[in-house]
Amino acid sequence: MSRDRILASIRSALEPREREPARRRAARDRLDHPAEHLSLARTRLPSADLITLFKAHIAALGADLIDVAASAEILGAIAGYLKACQQPLRLRAGSDPFLSGLPWDLAGELAVDHGPARAGDSAGLSRAVAGVAETGTLVLASGPHNPVTLAFVPDTHLVVVRGETIVPGYEQAAEFVRAELGGAGLPRTLNLVTGASRTGDIGGKIVMGAHGPRRLAVILVADA
Amino acid sequence: MGRNPTFEANAAAALADSALQRALADVPAGFVAGRARVKAALPEFDALRRSGRDIRDHTLARLDVYLEEFERNAQAVGTAVHWATSGSVAAEIILDICRSAGARTVTKSKSMVSEEIGLRARLEAAALDVVETDLGEYIVQIRGETPSHLIAPAIHVGAADVAADFRKRHSQLAADRDLSTPEALVAEARGVLREKFHAAEVGITGANFLIAATGSAIVVTNEGNADLTMSLPKVHIVLASIDKLVPTLADAWVLLRLLARSATGQEFTAYTTIATGPRRAADRDGPEACHVILLDNGRSELLGSELRDVLRCIRCGACMNHCPVYCAVGGHAYGSVYAGPIGAVLTPALVGASEAAHLAQASTFCGRCEEVCPVEIPLVSLMRRWREVSLAQPSARWSRAVLRGWAFLAERPRAYRFVVRPIIAALGALGAARGTFRSLPLAGRWTRHRDFPAPSGRTFQDLWARQQRERQR
Repeated sequence: MSRDRILASIRSALEPREREPARRRAARDRLDHPAEHLSLARTRLPSADLITLFKAHIAALGADLIDVAASAEILGAIAGYLKACQQPLRLRAGSDPFLSGLPWDLAGELAVDHGPARAGDSAGLSRAVAGVAETGTLVLASGPHNPVTLAFVPDTHLVVVRGETIVPGYEQAAEFVRAELGGAGLPRTLNLVTGASRTGDIGGKIVMGAHGPRRLAVILVADA
Repeated sequence: MGRNPTFEANAAAALADSALQRALADVPAGFVAGRARVKAALPEFDALRRSGRDIRDHTLARLDVYLEEFERNAQAVGTAVHWATSGSVAAEIILDICRSAGARTVTKSKSMVSEEIGLRARLEAAALDVVETDLGEYIVQIRGETPSHLIAPAIHVGAADVAADFRKRHSQLAADRDLSTPEALVAEARGVLREKFHAAEVGITGANFLIAATGSAIVVTNEGNADLTMSLPKVHIVLASIDKLVPTLADAWVLLRLLARSATGQEFTAYTTIATGPRRAADRDGPEACHVILLDNGRSELLGSELRDVLRCIRCGACMNHCPVYCAVGGHAYGSVYAGPIGAVLTPALVGASEAAHLAQASTFCGRCEEVCPVEIPLVSLMRRWREVSLAQPSARWSRAVLRGWAFLAERPRAYRFVVRPIIAALGALGAARGTFRSLPLAGRWTRHRDFPAPSGRTFQDLWARQQRERQR
């Protein structure tokens, strides 16, 4: 059986250097007390500056940033953005408490469906659990109300992130995820999105919209 | 020494291939400059490399325990975990999964280990429509080639050649369509592959890392193709070698910080996905089943050998981007799945010394690969070991004789001077007029490309002795 053969082969390679009980202790200790690795100087900042750093990365990635003062403005901003990009005023959106709480009845000309993305959907709306200032990364947790396909199937991916959830690094974002899931491990997929889909595979030239979204718009809500 | 006719012929052909040379000329400006830029922007980069090395060493030294922990945690979230000693075992497992899923179309994202075991060909032999979805891999697939770079598999193909390949392959599309720009080519591939994403019953991805503590697989792509591959079909298969383990998510962040910076010169890859099991009870998308195949294929033996450090590798490709030999001849010249310095070290361990130990000759030992490796693999000393092995092979008889002759002279100063002095004197006299030689017996490979400078006519030792005498006067 492959399993036994592989483990036996590994053990005979490792045993001369460290005996099995010691290996188990070392691994158990690491699993129970995850290592704290160094933090980056660039993210040791007050929270207002973290947001500035996050925005600078979003711009450098070629993603669009939409600042809104309050969540009531989100749907209007989305309609304006889709118009400016000459995209259909249609949206497939997640339905978690935050997104469900948006004033959809006042969405006006913006046609909205919820649920997983389908072939042909032009725009998807997700909510990020956190934003990472270190690299301008959005952290999305999949679930019944945050279908993962919204982030990859539509041509345009819109992501709402609240200013108060902008954190220095990935480690702090993982804390937000744990809190959101009530300590129940990880979601089926934790998606770290850093800019829109791209490829350099033809002649080394970066082209956007390889397989995933052609454009990414980050809707940063100051007061949520 | 340890010369290999195939490698030498490949290298000669690569050097004469002007299209390939044009493509390779972009590597320094692209990947190398990009890495230098992001490294300069991160004062902690070298500290991160040491951290990365320590994480890999810690894990490899307890790999049995971490694999068991991974298995337990993956099973707890509903992932089926399979173990495979070899490529054929892994392929059988994958075929069984495809058969029971009633699969006809299988999408696949980039996975070097799948190249290593020839997975696509094995699945195609079972009449499955297997589609590579990474754009570079797709190009390589339709050309009937193999990848020539770890992260840029089609780096050897120019845009005009891609256009010609697409016209041939996508014959259902209008013949007069414009394919003159990379944008047009990407758009066409996007359209063709999107249909496959939706049609596939099974999606196969590799894994950049496996997390023991959570039973998760981490997959990174810039295109988002791995996410469509794992999210749309009803079955997701992860094929990963056993060395991909890290203990916890905290450890993975360090390695992810190193990976994109070392690979493409990005601070972070566009899509980093941590996938943990199949769709959950209330989920409305995602695969119904998730399988992870833990493949050994020679790695557990490496663990106990002098080559263990090579298992730290995170497959970023920095060593090849910075290698003067790789950048001159490209990946195909190596004739192996893994090219460049990492290929020269890993390939003989995987396929056997008699097949591939000679690859270690494809190095100037300049050491740049070691300097840029994000997990500090001692690539030069590992290549030196393979040179020793390669020199012990029967085919290296002539090289061994030459080196033995050299050793004899080098250990006997009088004999050395006796042999060298007349040669230097003769060369000095013959070359005095021009100062250089246009051709020399035994050095034709040098003088074919450049002149050979004529020696002064007296050996260094003689000149040194004279200088010392004059000083004492």
